[in-house]
Amino acid sequence: MSTTQPAVAPTAVPPQSGVTERARKAKKRLTSPWASGIAVIIAIAWTVPTFGLLVTSFRPELDIRRSGWWTVFGDAFAGEGVFSLRNYESALFDSSTNLIDYFVNSLVITLPAVFIPITVALLAAYAFAWIDFKGRDILFVAVFALQIVPIQITLIPLLSAYVRTGINGTFWPIWLSHSMFALPLAIFLLHNFMRDIPSSLVEAARVDGAGHVKIFFSVMLPLLTPAIAAFAIFQFLWVWNDLLVGLVMGSTSTSPLTVRVAEMAGSRGGDWHVLSAGAFISILVPLIVFLALQRYFVRGMLAGSVKG
Amino acid sequence: MTIRMSSRRRTVALAATGASLALVLSACADTDDGGGGGAGGDGGNAAAPELDCSVYEEFGDLDGTTVTVYTTIVEPEAETQQNSYKPFEECTGVTVEYEASREMEAQLPVRVQAGNPPDIAILPQPGLLNTLVTQYDAVLPAPEGVEANVDEFWSEDWKEYGTVDGTFYAAPLGSNVKSYVWYSPSMFEEAGYEVPETWDDMMALTEEIAATDAIPWCAGVESGDATGWPGTDWIEDVVLRTAGPEVYDQWYTHEIPFNDPQIVEAFDAAGEILKNPDYVNGGLGGVDSIATATWTDAGYPILEGSCWMHRAANFYQTQWPEGTEVAPDGDVYAFYLPAETTDERPTLVAGEFIAAFADRPEVEAFQTYLSSSDWANAKAAATPAGGWVSANSGLDPELLATEFDRLSAEILADPATVARFDASDLMPSEVGTGSFWAGITEWFASDASSQEVTDTIEESWPKN
Repeated sequence: MSTTQPAVAPTAVPPQSGVTERARKAKKRLTSPWASGIAVIIAIAWTVPTFGLLVTSFRPELDIRRSGWWTVFGDAFAGEGVFSLRNYESALFDSSTNLIDYFVNSLVITLPAVFIPITVALLAAYAFAWIDFKGRDILFVAVFALQIVPIQITLIPLLSAYVRTGINGTFWPIWLSHSMFALPLAIFLLHNFMRDIPSSLVEAARVDGAGHVKIFFSVMLPLLTPAIAAFAIFQFLWVWNDLLVGLVMGSTSTSPLTVRVAEMAGSRGGDWHVLSAGAFISILVPLIVFLALQRYFVRGMLAGSVKG
Repeated sequence: MTIRMSSRRRTVALAATGASLALVLSACADTDDGGGGGAGGDGGNAAAPELDCSVYEEFGDLDGTTVTVYTTIVEPEAETQQNSYKPFEECTGVTVEYEASREMEAQLPVRVQAGNPPDIAILPQPGLLNTLVTQYDAVLPAPEGVEANVDEFWSEDWKEYGTVDGTFYAAPLGSNVKSYVWYSPSMFEEAGYEVPETWDDMMALTEEIAATDAIPWCAGVESGDATGWPGTDWIEDVVLRTAGPEVYDQWYTHEIPFNDPQIVEAFDAAGEILKNPDYVNGGLGGVDSIATATWTDAGYPILEGSCWMHRAANFYQTQWPEGTEVAPDGDVYAFYLPAETTDERPTLVAGEFIAAFADRPEVEAFQTYLSSSDWANAKAAATPAGGWVSANSGLDPELLATEFDRLSAEILADPATVARFDASDLMPSEVGTGSFWAGITEWFASDASSQEVTDTIEESWPKN
């Protein structure tokens, strides 16, 4: 970042070296009012629905049913009371079951469902990248190809396997299912990242007498942190927002927040106005996670998926 | 900007004739856990008859056993449902584990196939029972005690809906009456209109209202991925009236094609109201707005005076905004959707059924309890805010919370009532929850004629 600083004001600081000159040119080539304009438009288009949801979640029930969320600004300027916390009150307290239980369930589901696939995928990716064994390429292609299996067709066979092994009703079915569905992509991303580490580094370590374990922990892991963080965020968001697996594999005591939010509309769908508030309550955690770790997200995804 | 906290908490279960009670409760119980009101200490509960525990002694010692129930009945109705199990739990020591999901109809076949069915499922429609029996062979036939209860308390028709291929599987639980027209009693009184007694009276009244430049009817069929069902109910109600119950039975069993002239005629009769821009869609827009208006809100224009009549089921009672008084002299009330004559009262009904997937003694005991009049009365007593009714003849109407619920019970018990189950729930799911819903939505949204729409639906009927 710091090397590009002078380029911000090219006229004030004349180019001194080839590097800053190149940076200035690159910046000039990459910046265009058109691109910025389009980026702003896309950003707005992507944000408006979420913003509408946010506004809706603070409106009283009858207003939600009678008019669109955008009318709220006119009303507010006219001095009318247009906001209410009633929806949040309903979402949080109008139920015999506590929303906190589901919140905790979501956390209990999400953390192992992120940890397990990353651990397994790291080991597998290392083997695929740095250990020569027979059939390695075919196996790698096979693992990667598993990504195309839609999870919907695996639900019933998986569930019957869980029922037969007697772990149904616990958190294990949910953890295991999420891990299975995540592994192909995790192995692929981490493998690509590991391949990009110069082989001279690994060879140097080997010459110094390091074995696979030592190389993995001392050479690979420190370099892999952004990739791991990126995949962890990716998997966290996916698992936290998942409804399908939680619904099919979960039971009354293990249901995540998404399952509860889906129920908020009521038996006949008459309470749908509460959904906006429920959605925002469940969005909180992923929003915090994403904002806190987003720089890893972009850096790690690029590092793993784009070669060269 | 001013922040307004709504001063009343939402009593999800509708204020009704018991509105005064409901309002007192809601005004003071701000932190109460909501829903339809708890069981404890309510006046209504005092009237609940004691459960005769000796009935369940023949099942042996059930203390400490568990029965799992899977249902579509989620909060807030779930709370009163669970409260109604308490007398049984106290009698027998059985714990009823209640699991409710709006996705239950999709999830139940998954669980059955995976070998993990619940002990008891409360099925919202007979079509699902049919699927479970014929495709998965999963449901156990009803035990003798249950069949005896159903023979005693329910009519032949209702028993038939729980029967597949001559075997009786599922006892009915609750019932809904769908043949209602909601209106504002005070608006009718001010304008000097009478509640119509026959179909012709109703059409005359419609014309009279339209002549004053008002829009008499409002309707809406949008309901998420079930969009169209309120429209199919409309058509079914009209088929019952213009073609009669016999044709209705032939229609859903496909003895006559879906596009039979008598059915097309019923579509046209409904279209005289629903596709006439002078008659719809009060307070909501033109004819095509019926397709996009949310069914839960489609009757609200009555409260604003921009619509006069809204045909919807008895459970629409629970959809009115908080604080709406449902009573013959209140803000809204409903009259029976009239038939051609006053002698016969064809009525569109719906309900839930109990299917069992296990035959342990505690499951059979619980099934027996649910099919008894004891349960119906316990449920009535556990629902202090109303919104629930059953065609169980052992149900004591006095226990029902609201005058409107008693009206529904009266219609269900009336010998002149010819009850027919919601046809879309009985048709194969490709039609009943597929092309019929889509077709009726199309019928409102476009210029498609009744003939075209029924032709399309007929083509989608599964061939075997």
